[in-house]
Amino acid sequence: MNRDEPSGPIVRAAGLVKTHRPEGAAPVPAVRGVDLCIERGEFVAVTGPSGAGKSTLLHLLGGLDRPDSGALWLDGRRVDAYREARWAELRRNHIGIVFQFFNLVSNLSVADNVELPALLAGRSPRQARTDRAELLDELGLTGKENCTPGELSGGEQQRVALARALVNAPSLLLADEPAGSLDSKGTREVLRLLARFHGRGQTILLVTHDARMASAADRVISFYDGQVADDAHLGGSRNRPPAGVADVLKLQG
Amino acid sequence: MRLPLLALLVSGPAHGYELKQALENLLGAAYPQPNVGQIYVTLGRLEKTGLIEGEDVEQSDRPNKRIYRITAAGRETVDAWFEESTAEPRVRDEFFMKLALAPHTGTADQIALINKQRRHYLNTMRDLSKLAAAEDRDNRVAQLLIEGAMLHLQADLDWLERCQEELE
Repeated sequence: MNRDEPSGPIVRAAGLVKTHRPEGAAPVPAVRGVDLCIERGEFVAVTGPSGAGKSTLLHLLGGLDRPDSGALWLDGRRVDAYREARWAELRRNHIGIVFQFFNLVSNLSVADNVELPALLAGRSPRQARTDRAELLDELGLTGKENCTPGELSGGEQQRVALARALVNAPSLLLADEPAGSLDSKGTREVLRLLARFHGRGQTILLVTHDARMASAADRVISFYDGQVADDAHLGGSRNRPPAGVADVLKLQG
Repeated sequence: MRLPLLALLVSGPAHGYELKQALENLLGAAYPQPNVGQIYVTLGRLEKTGLIEGEDVEQSDRPNKRIYRITAAGRETVDAWFEESTAEPRVRDEFFMKLALAPHTGTADQIALINKQRRHYLNTMRDLSKLAAAEDRDNRVAQLLIEGAMLHLQADLDWLERCQEELE
């Protein structure tokens, strides 16, 4: 594989532009010139109002959408001119994606949903089984292997989707509103798991409108109107005393 | 502090330090607790106004301790407290005054103010998440208290988004 920047960041984007052109409607500028760098091991949240273009940005980084202009490097490879076949291969081996509505294959078992990408990436059936079992165990899904997605709760389905995204040990995990259709318990669970994988060095880009989810990341990018409005590293200052409930709510009586 | 202490005494007599512990157990570590001095001062006032009665109990190895019990008037005060509806929290929003006045001074940029405030809220949110993770899962009152603070912050952040949309 041709690597232009072997030791560079996981993601580098320069001047990314994407305008949606729905048939018979006015063009919608979604991403309007984005420069972005994500280092190995970072946990970055992209947040902003709906319609700000944050999901489009994630789609560009995962090759689910192609930029109109701009350059994109993933793990050192210049990928913006890749065609679908090369993107598919890249996603299979290097990028895991989790979606709001899980996007599991509904007529495959949980086990097959997770093993399929491993097999497609060239893993032996035996290795795929071992990796799948390990991940499902880690995600608390042992015993659910033979269920179909429809038999699981939303939170469980999202954990299966997370296992599928991580089974090929991707260098980048993209998560698009992963708790957007979960209740508060499922949300906490997803957050806990993202934080755990990040703790082991997984690079994560999370798109969310939920500030509670965003604040789990080390870095929050505020996205407005197709552009980066702010890019903040959280928990940076050591001399700031940690905030408590009393900084937000005063209990009286 | 007055009414919570009175309410705690409804379930039985206690001395100052026991009341401090009861408050700590109730609210968890997320909320800063009154120190024992503040509690004794408040108990003294409650006693003066006849809402509680104190009685010194001799201890062989330590100084006497004062045990407080609630009076009938105290009971009535607690009942009246629960009876009346509670005003919504008043947010003291100094930030909004800054945002509103920034164009008049010409020294501060509104979008820069919003970004700075968002960073502050996100850091607070992060601290609260850590508090929630550190707090005993089974202390439902403490967990709800933290969740309440987080939801307020979420509203503040949503509102910043609105400010940004309007002002950009």
